[in-house]
Amino acid sequence: MYKLTGVTKRYTRGKETVEALRGVDLTIEDGDQLVIQGPTGGGKSTLLQMIGGLDRPTSGSVELDGVDLASISEAKLTRLRAEKIGIIFQSFNLIPTLTAQENVETALVPLGVKPAERRERAAEALRSVGLGERLTHVPTELSGGQQQRVAIARALVKKPKVLLADEPTGNLDEGTRDDIVGLLEGLWHEYGLTFIMVTHDSSIARRAPRLATIKAGQISLTEQGGARRATPGPSAQAPEQQQYAQQFGAAQGY
Amino acid sequence: MFGIYLKRELSRRKKAALVIAMGLALGIALVITVNSVSAGMQQAQGKVLKSLYGLGTDMTVTKARTAPTSSSSGRPKFDFDAKSDSSTTQSSDRVMTQGGQSLKSSLVTEVAAQKGVASAVGALSLNVTKVDGSFTQGKAKSSTSNSGQQGGPGGQNGGGSTGAPQVQGGGASFDVNSYSVAGVDVTHQDLGPLATSKITTGKTFTAAQTSAKVAVLSKSYAKQNKYTVGKTFKISGTKYTVIGIATPDSSESTTDVYLPLKQAQTLGDAKNKVTTIYVKATDSKQIATVKATIQKNISGTTVTTSADLADTVSGSLSTASNLATSVGKWLSIAVLIAAFLVAALLTSSAVSRRVREFGTLKALGWPSRKVTRQVVGESIVNGLLGGVLGIALGLGAAYTVTAISPKLTAELGSTGGGGGMGGGPGGGGPGQQAASAAKNTIDIALTAPVSVTTIALAAGLAITGGLIAGAMGGWRASRMRPADALRSVS
Repeated sequence: MYKLTGVTKRYTRGKETVEALRGVDLTIEDGDQLVIQGPTGGGKSTLLQMIGGLDRPTSGSVELDGVDLASISEAKLTRLRAEKIGIIFQSFNLIPTLTAQENVETALVPLGVKPAERRERAAEALRSVGLGERLTHVPTELSGGQQQRVAIARALVKKPKVLLADEPTGNLDEGTRDDIVGLLEGLWHEYGLTFIMVTHDSSIARRAPRLATIKAGQISLTEQGGARRATPGPSAQAPEQQQYAQQFGAAQGY
Repeated sequence: MFGIYLKRELSRRKKAALVIAMGLALGIALVITVNSVSAGMQQAQGKVLKSLYGLGTDMTVTKARTAPTSSSSGRPKFDFDAKSDSSTTQSSDRVMTQGGQSLKSSLVTEVAAQKGVASAVGALSLNVTKVDGSFTQGKAKSSTSNSGQQGGPGGQNGGGSTGAPQVQGGGASFDVNSYSVAGVDVTHQDLGPLATSKITTGKTFTAAQTSAKVAVLSKSYAKQNKYTVGKTFKISGTKYTVIGIATPDSSESTTDVYLPLKQAQTLGDAKNKVTTIYVKATDSKQIATVKATIQKNISGTTVTTSADLADTVSGSLSTASNLATSVGKWLSIAVLIAAFLVAALLTSSAVSRRVREFGTLKALGWPSRKVTRQVVGESIVNGLLGGVLGIALGLGAAYTVTAISPKLTAELGSTGGGGGMGGGPGGGGPGQQAASAAKNTIDIALTAPVSVTTIALAAGLAITGGLIAGAMGGWRASRMRPADALRSVS
């Protein structure tokens, strides 16, 4: 469970101090899905970075299961990211020289997983997102949607507790966007992940059971109905999405 | 993952890797070249000294140089009579001890008896100037009487008035040849002037030939004068039989004729005298001590060791040697530092361009040390690549220097105010013996040998360059925060 209390983040840009977050209080239960929306520069990506342990607040605390990410050592924070948090980026952020399988393996390297097991788990993760035939392709040989699937496989291969997505459909066309969102929602719903997604896309934001809107560093929450918390098990997803979820789940042992 | 990632990154960034590697390669190649040329210079100096000393010689003893007196000006004198018959050829040899300085033969025994001296051998260096030609009288003629009178040489007009006798005809035509002769102690040929040569035709002196009228000629002198084994030639009217042709170990030997010591002493009117005593020490590490002992106990002598001789080497060899050791050394250090800096800056810049990549890895939970290790690993491989290229370039440069073998000139003894040189009998033109004795010019080809130590040094520098560049890049990468990295691209 996440508990953010009075989280403030200030940046200094030249002589100017920018307050990206202003005393944000937020609780996210295990298995919750939360979509964060807001205008550019409103602080949504900064909030995601605090939640993901990628940055520390200027003041306030960010607790994950009782551990304050703002005050633990850099080494412990790095380890926590490696074990518990999966992150998906808008620009996919794949290593351009590595194959799809090797890119997925990079998430297992800090966990000390042996090479043979690493390869096997990465291949399974890729098969579960529909890229079983693309294991040896480098990113430039894949479409945008396929690259994001590789990134999803990389985020989930380590069986994280939390899945963070920073505008995961920002660089995708409409059709691919729906596929990816459907895949992510299916994975969240089926396997009980805590799923937090930043988006500026209102159509995606409307689908979320819980919406956090950030403006000028301040947050407001809206309950939009629907299942707020993931309930593991088959759901009324599109057949294609169900297939991905089933394959992925089998591979991950969820 | 480390190896795969490293391999992929290097192959993807071939151009950048090659630029870094080439920068390091140039620095390393320069170090190899300067090192090998310096080694070549040392070898060249060693050859020069060896040619003067002979194998096994640790030092030489010569007479301390004294100011010349009017009676010992060292200039040769020739006496010719003008002949009325122009076909009469006259010949005159002038034999002088080299530098006009000699020691008593008894000193050889004295030197040999000194503590630390293993053996001592005396040798006499002579310069022979041979003048061949004809000298014809002019004939004086009067314009009125036409009566012939003998006149002076040159056919000058005897006077300006009508009827005064005029000298017509007459003149001189001479060939002047100069060569060097070394008197060798035939009982101890392992030390002395002949020790640096090999007998390639005929044979050398036997121990019994102390007074024999036999000679060994240098290969070049024999060829120049078309002398072969068994033929005879004359010096100052004495006939010598050629028994062997000697080829010097290095091209720097300047002796043309070797005679038994006694014959040389007779020829040079230097009975019981030597110009140089060749000394071998019992322990090569104690040369300085032995030198001091000889100088202390035997007055009026100058002891010259190879270290002393090395100091007197001048000319282009010395200039090139100084260039290699001073300018070359600093230039290679400067280029190497520049190469290291360029490699470090390029690596650091490459890390900056990979902010997203390293930021992503950190966001995935890669500890800083793993990211740093990756950067350092890539830099070391770049350094090794630079090392391989640098070694190849350096070997190529050294090979080219050796193939071209630029000729350097070594001038010896010109600065030696304290005494004669090691006894290398040098040739000289007539009237220049004293100068030649003090200044011995030797041409030597420069080579650039590359030692294993130099290669090891190059490899070490390559790794160091890679480590420096990697440390800088790794430091930048380790300081990168995942949020900063992602913020810059999102």
